Amino acid sequence: MTAPNGQYAYYPGCSLKASASAYERSAMAVLERLELRFVEIDDWNCCGATEYFSLNRLPAYSLVARNLALAAAQPTHELVAPCSACYLNLRKTDDHMRQEPKLKEQVNRALAAGGLHYEPGTLRVRHLLDVIIDDVGYEAIAAKVTRPLAGLRVAPYYGCLVVRPFESDDPEYPTHMDRLLEVLGATVVDFPMKAHCCGGHMTQISEDTAFELIRRILHNAAAYQADVIVTVCPMCQLNLDAYQGNVNRRFGTAFNLPVLYFTQMMGLAFGLQPEALGIGSELVPAQAALNKIGQVPAETPRHTPKRRDKDALPMPSRQRR
Amino acid sequence: MPEGPNGRTFYQRVVQATPGGKSLAQCLQCGSCGGSCPSGPDMDHSPRQLFAMIMAGMEDEVLSSNTPWHCVSCYYCTVRCPQQIPITDLMYTLKQMAIARGKYRESGHVDFSNSFIGMVERFGRSFELGLATRYHLTHNPLKMVSKGTLGLQMMVKGRLSPLPESIRNMPQLTAILTEAKRIAAQQEV
Repeated sequence: MTAPNGQYAYYPGCSLKASASAYERSAMAVLERLELRFVEIDDWNCCGATEYFSLNRLPAYSLVARNLALAAAQPTHELVAPCSACYLNLRKTDDHMRQEPKLKEQVNRALAAGGLHYEPGTLRVRHLLDVIIDDVGYEAIAAKVTRPLAGLRVAPYYGCLVVRPFESDDPEYPTHMDRLLEVLGATVVDFPMKAHCCGGHMTQISEDTAFELIRRILHNAAAYQADVIVTVCPMCQLNLDAYQGNVNRRFGTAFNLPVLYFTQMMGLAFGLQPEALGIGSELVPAQAALNKIGQVPAETPRHTPKRRDKDALPMPSRQRR
Repeated sequence: MPEGPNGRTFYQRVVQATPGGKSLAQCLQCGSCGGSCPSGPDMDHSPRQLFAMIMAGMEDEVLSSNTPWHCVSCYYCTVRCPQQIPITDLMYTLKQMAIARGKYRESGHVDFSNSFIGMVERFGRSFELGLATRYHLTHNPLKMVSKGTLGLQMMVKGRLSPLPESIRNMPQLTAILTEAKRIAAQQEV
């Protein structure tokens, strides 16, 4: 079952256009296979991450509400965000505006200065993981699997905000992504730290705090002999992937755990090429893990200009990808 | 109990500035929050202690505690609280109050948030390179080499844009945020 008219309003968030472009690329490739139609909200703005709510709550809610107002203008009531922090901010703003009439009135006064209005409750804000699992379903996903991830040991890492505080599954020990990965043919390892925090913005502010949180998660995944950690959030991916080297240097560890998005795992199982899923942009290379499922490294397209006779007629140059 | 402007106690102001904050009155002092907190060891006071201090009207002590600044916003405490107290959101309220009163000691956190929001208010989108450069130059100049190395790796992988991206309708966003700030300035937190 999909959204009533088969269409979803799509809020990418800043990360998916930059540090997590692999997430967007793989999500779009997988959505096409699943025949889900996502329409990007025109001219959306940043959700403020975890920063604006610490400073000034009314502008923080208003920043998010502009996106809700723009999304509500689309012919669908389903709003999807692939980033857990964006998802939380969108959903929390809708929820708090519904709970607090005064907040609703004040946010709408601010929106009116930009000619916008948002009626809380208009949209159903959802995370991409929940849309894929709840609206497509395990069976329909299984039907698309052409290259099962057999033999690959995966640690399903949910992080915080996809399961807390709005509970789409058990907030302490969720299992819906576990089942999804099993449907793809992977071996899902027990992973007690699956819903613990990656440290969020602390990698920037307090390395002492952040690196210890990252270490615990990596340690746990390594202890259960995972080949790869699978995430649903750009912040989690960045912290576990980009700071894995720092953690190894600080604690004298030798973690070598690639961190991929669940959409990349789906794409691989659907038979898509790793490059079409943005695989290769992770800082801890995933190739060794991919070898286990028979994904041979793609030939690096080397630019070898063909030698042509200098007297040959001029030909249009080949379009580069 | 010491009263603030408009005759409201510190406790009342905290509660009223937080959606669902009324349930703070039901705190059992059970400590599930502190026990669930991944950054508990770094905090001056556990959330439980902080709540008792709020009820006791210890405004200065609460607002100068580092506790809210070490909250990583993981919501473990919130879902585990037997009284459904929105603990994470209360931490956001306390951060705002600490800034409004100039009580915070953790300037790194505030500067990071300000740098981040500065980019958003200018472009409508976050700009990771601009943020990292501005924040770390002022806070960790000695770490710029290691931060820069990571930044370079990210750029090679196409994950860090050298230029900010801006939304088209910045005048609209600016008008909305200006009005929101004007309304916020009229009410005390």
